[in-house]
Amino acid sequence: MVIEQRWKKWVFFYVPLTLFMIGTLFPFYWMLITAVRPDAELYRSWRAVNNTPFWTLSPTLAHVQDLLARTTFPRWLWNTFFIAVVSTGISLLCGLLAGYALARLRFPMAGMLGTSIFVTYLVPPTLLFIPLADIIRNFQLGNTPWALILTYPTFLIPFCTWLLMGYFKTIPKELEECARIDGATRLGAMVRIIFPIAVPGILSAGIFAFTLSWNEFIYALVFLSSPERKTVPVGVVSELIRGDIYFWGQLMAGALLGSVPVALVYSFFVEYYVAGLTGSVKG
Amino acid sequence: MKRPIPGAAGSPASIEVALPHPRASRPVPLTRFLENERLLAFVLLTPTVVLLGLFIAYPFVMGIWLSLNSTSVGNPGQFVGIKNFVKAWNDSIFQTSFRNTFFYTFWATIFKLALGMWLALLLNRHFRGKRLVRASMLLPFIIPTVLSTFAWRWMFDPTFSVVNWVLYQAGFIVNKLPFLSDGAWAMWCAIVINTWRGMPFFAITLLAGLQTISPDLHEAASLDGANAWHRFWAVTWPLLKPVTIVVVVFSIIQTFADFQLIYVLTGGGPANSTHLLATYAYQLGVNSGLLSEGAAISLFMFPVLFAVVWIQLRYLRRLEGA
Repeated sequence: MVIEQRWKKWVFFYVPLTLFMIGTLFPFYWMLITAVRPDAELYRSWRAVNNTPFWTLSPTLAHVQDLLARTTFPRWLWNTFFIAVVSTGISLLCGLLAGYALARLRFPMAGMLGTSIFVTYLVPPTLLFIPLADIIRNFQLGNTPWALILTYPTFLIPFCTWLLMGYFKTIPKELEECARIDGATRLGAMVRIIFPIAVPGILSAGIFAFTLSWNEFIYALVFLSSPERKTVPVGVVSELIRGDIYFWGQLMAGALLGSVPVALVYSFFVEYYVAGLTGSVKG
Repeated sequence: MKRPIPGAAGSPASIEVALPHPRASRPVPLTRFLENERLLAFVLLTPTVVLLGLFIAYPFVMGIWLSLNSTSVGNPGQFVGIKNFVKAWNDSIFQTSFRNTFFYTFWATIFKLALGMWLALLLNRHFRGKRLVRASMLLPFIIPTVLSTFAWRWMFDPTFSVVNWVLYQAGFIVNKLPFLSDGAWAMWCAIVINTWRGMPFFAITLLAGLQTISPDLHEAASLDGANAWHRFWAVTWPLLKPVTIVVVVFSIIQTFADFQLIYVLTGGGPANSTHLLATYAYQLGVNSGLLSEGAAISLFMFPVLFAVVWIQLRYLRRLEGA
């Protein structure tokens, strides 16, 4: 390998990497420190002599307690979780079936269908939310979790299909052919032979889809109206700000707690998530 | 007739083979129906096509129809042709948001690409704690944008901004910087936050691309006397270009259609100076109830997105053909 001098390694490697780390993580540290800071300290003039913005000597859980006891935050957590899990499930099922068909079966218009599914992957929700709100109203789905459970798959299915199709293509055809010679039906071979082998791909797609639905904002903002039915991102934006007043301690506590579930899921499955992320663009 | 089938004992499939005439003895119409490749494909694709048709194709067509009418909340309206588009085009807030959308997409994409590439090159080296560093670098991309944007908004708060505090203590400024109270400043703040959020995506995807490049190529180039800068442009970049283009296209689409970041950070203010097409469409279509005008403004995004997708599809085809 290329041999480097020590100072060069510091200047070109350690210093930039440390700066990247600080830049990336500082907002999260700031969320945390704000969430545990007492109000008296929070709103102190920026020129005050005793101002210590980077730490606090009297951390408090008052904001968190307030959030959990006096708002519908726990309810939002549950709503978000429920919607994310069900829409991920639907998308995985559709993606598995469609991905298998596109990767393995020969039928007319296969190429065109594959392309159009890929293209819908690139249609952003912001292009469709106004007419879609109308459609949701006509289907009597407005202000129910089903409005989101049925619309989230529109941006999850294309991605799941694309990812799983790529995965199926890497599985040798011979495995299936053996099973079919042994008398398995096409469907049987698909469900018993191919799907179990594709479990890592399914996990990647599932984790990625889960984080995407946890993140979704505009559909949830437009389709839901009662406070107790909202998801975490929408609830924090619309219910924790009263009038024009920002309760920053509570807001940051909400932002932190709302991020924990998705961060946990991510941290357990980092490798799968990365595989899904890189697979989602390479196809 | 009966053959030993290793590994398949006990499964229904093995029983079927053991019978002399499996089809005749156990007529299962549905199973036989699904043996036909075309029919099976049809069955497997139906749920996907129905969902995507119902919630993407149908709203898209309806959006076009809506934009050609004068519908608002409680008023079905009538056909007005392209009046909504003309009206939007002559609207000064629309013009600002149109320009902002391009400005925002352009700079944010440039920064994400440059910083993401740099970070990917750093992460491609061997060092202790690499997995942990890589995992924590992706955090901004995982955490809901709305929630992390709130943290940034608090960091840019007009009265209590920590950034102002640091700059003041360091002696760089005397008066507070108007992070979110000035339109031009606020736009740059949004670009910074978008870069912060999207850079990890670039870095991790480009890193995956970097890892497929054989170290031998770099070794050979350095033996020939190329320094790190030359090696990057002569070896890394040409091999990384296909991945880069796909990532850039993906990011352009996401950034061009962005909504949540601006909605939380400024809400389009101050004085409508930081609206993007999506936030302005929301303001007209949802807040003011002018459904048709909002739909028309959303549709202004379509030609650009279409062009980007088309270029990408052509590029992918060429790669496959090569």
